[in-house]
Amino acid sequence: MYTPEMLESIKAVEKTRGKRMKEQHPRLTPQEKEALLKSFHPDFRPDTMRKVTVGPSKGETMPHELVDLLEARSRLDPHTFSLEAVAHDVEVLVIGGGGAGTSAAIEAKLAGANVLQVTKLRLGDANTMMAQGGIQAATKPNDSPMLHYLDVMGGGGFVNKPDLVKALVHDAPLVIDWLEDWGCMFSKEADGALVTIHGGGTCRKRMHFARDYTGAEIMRTLRDEARNIGVPIIEFSPAIELVLDEEGKCAGAVLTNLETGEYCVVRARAVILATGGFGRLHLAGFPTTNHYGATADGLVMAYRAGAPLIFLDATQIHPTGVAFPEQIIGQLVTEKVRGLGAQLVNTEGEQFVNPLETRDAVSSAIIRECLDRQKGYTTGTSQPGVWLDSPMIEAIHGKGTVQRELPAMYRQFKRFDIDMAQQPVLIYPTLHYQNGGVEINDLGETSIPGLFVAGECSGGVHGRNRLMGNSLLDILVFGRRAGQAAAAKSRSVKIGKLTLEHVKKYHAELDQEGIETDRISPMLLPDYTRKVPRADRG
Amino acid sequence: MAQLQAVRIHIMGKTYSVPAALTIMKAMEYAGYKLIRGCGCRGGFCGACGTIYRTPGDYRIKVGLACQAVVEEDMYLTQLPFFPAQAATYHLDQAKPALSQLLKCYPELSRCLGCNTCTRTCPQELKVMDYMAAAMRGDIARVADLSFECIMCGLCASRCPAETVPYNVAILARRLYGKYMAKKAQHLAEVVSKIKAGEFDASLNQMADQNINELKKLYNSRDIEP
Repeated sequence: MYTPEMLESIKAVEKTRGKRMKEQHPRLTPQEKEALLKSFHPDFRPDTMRKVTVGPSKGETMPHELVDLLEARSRLDPHTFSLEAVAHDVEVLVIGGGGAGTSAAIEAKLAGANVLQVTKLRLGDANTMMAQGGIQAATKPNDSPMLHYLDVMGGGGFVNKPDLVKALVHDAPLVIDWLEDWGCMFSKEADGALVTIHGGGTCRKRMHFARDYTGAEIMRTLRDEARNIGVPIIEFSPAIELVLDEEGKCAGAVLTNLETGEYCVVRARAVILATGGFGRLHLAGFPTTNHYGATADGLVMAYRAGAPLIFLDATQIHPTGVAFPEQIIGQLVTEKVRGLGAQLVNTEGEQFVNPLETRDAVSSAIIRECLDRQKGYTTGTSQPGVWLDSPMIEAIHGKGTVQRELPAMYRQFKRFDIDMAQQPVLIYPTLHYQNGGVEINDLGETSIPGLFVAGECSGGVHGRNRLMGNSLLDILVFGRRAGQAAAAKSRSVKIGKLTLEHVKKYHAELDQEGIETDRISPMLLPDYTRKVPRADRG
Repeated sequence: MAQLQAVRIHIMGKTYSVPAALTIMKAMEYAGYKLIRGCGCRGGFCGACGTIYRTPGDYRIKVGLACQAVVEEDMYLTQLPFFPAQAATYHLDQAKPALSQLLKCYPELSRCLGCNTCTRTCPQELKVMDYMAAAMRGDIARVADLSFECIMCGLCASRCPAETVPYNVAILARRLYGKYMAKKAQHLAEVVSKIKAGEFDASLNQMADQNINELKKLYNSRDIEP
């Protein structure tokens, strides 16, 4: 269902395909990359951010949309809300139902803790489910955790927290092994060897995958196992505030039932926040690949309780979001498409960036190509984009590769009568990942005793830019570590009287800074009602 | 693309005019629904937004994912965000990759009539009846392969006249396949034993102690596998 004008533009791409098949676009030098990012990456646009004026990271620059939620009041009135009626008294409370939360809950349960998992939507409703591309781990003989370490640091701009990176690359093969043992169906060769490919910024073929349902396969396996071992779960009940005890230890949370509006107090000896990122805040008006529930709830709650946030001025814009058709704008075209050889091409049929540069660089190059050099294609709804030459995949790897290796992608476009094995697809960068988050150590612990954070809600491991395949890895490495550490910690902790004093203090600080607002947070769900659909509503 | 052309749809029997070419999900939001259930990843992977609908003059019930299917003139629709299907629990470590295991967890499997309603109902266009037939033969590898793209929305179970639960049979088969039938990755086992023996610890610590300039040098000079 491409328009005649689009079909005309595609001809230019087809015309140069044969020639391009033989050419490799030169890599950016470190200097070129820096200049490109500074000129075109949204992180460097001064109009998208401001300094937060309250809380433990006061003075740090963060996106407006996030600062709005931090400079907001609690959903609870801390002066009148009673914590007396404790509905659930557990050892480990896990908040979040994605890959980080579920792996944490499984590990805590297996370690013998009395666990409760709560989540805003359903168990498994999370970005984990949508991650198609793969999961990195140095499992091959030509690879090593040290090379993986270098790639993570280089991708992140060398500012990542070394202890976290060390934990990430060290545990990576253990995580793959753990999943294989749970019956997770990774794509394998006939002899059982795991198939691996490159991702942007990798120096070895280290990306493991399960066709292009990698995250879905991991999530449904973990969900099934969590149910098998009897992890209690409360769905449609997000946490809206953490509860501390009088010594400042994390001691539980207040939940709300999304359907009845009822509140519920959970007391816990350790709490693991695994609520994901902030994609649905649509920073700087970008469309997003993210799940409906990605509204930064965990950042808001942890921050109010006193935990510092880091690297939140660095947002990952994924280079290849759908730019056409309009119905699925902003949705992800997995990086695996580039991993399998598809090049990025402008309307003149030229490559303009090596498709395997890191995500920040590729995104910036696409934005430059469209907005600065005017060599992008602009659709009827004014959405610019460049061509991702997906037919190259079958020219390189043989007929049938797209349907075999990218069934989800193939299906997504086929629904709109676009055959990506035959025709290139139009893409433009889309808001994908929160690089920063709550500061943690290598066990997932925060500065608040008893509060652990795992997954996208945490920050530091990816520095300023995450590489493909390190997010599925991150959630499982730190989910497992946090689950084990929280279970161990909960054995020795004594919880005192429950309080919301920290919320009172936070409100007082808002008043002191003169912030008068009726904003409340966490947001819980974005509001798309009665809005005329626009490009920024993915 | 003409965006402003309107179509009439009926959400749970109530009529709304919405812009053409919207997905069902965006059309419901346009009409004013703030979704709690029936909305998940918004990208066709999570199975939260299974929707059933009918169009005038056609007695057949059709299905789609609200986040992927586009509205049609005069469609009567409702979401089916939850279905009380039965789900077995089992110990994977003690399970067997055999028909007996499938039947132990889901004895009603043998009630399948082969009517093909499940296949017609699957929004992923999977050959559900074929994998159920494979399940009844104990061909677990075939079930795993044919069901791989299942998003577990539950629509198949909701329409099954024999009250089987194809999507839960399928995940059991996939996990049995992954655990017991797929060959183990030898290279993985080797790396795992090295890690557990602490073989990389010293080198990793050394790497983590490098100053940034040294690290940059190592990074910029690392060789890249072709």
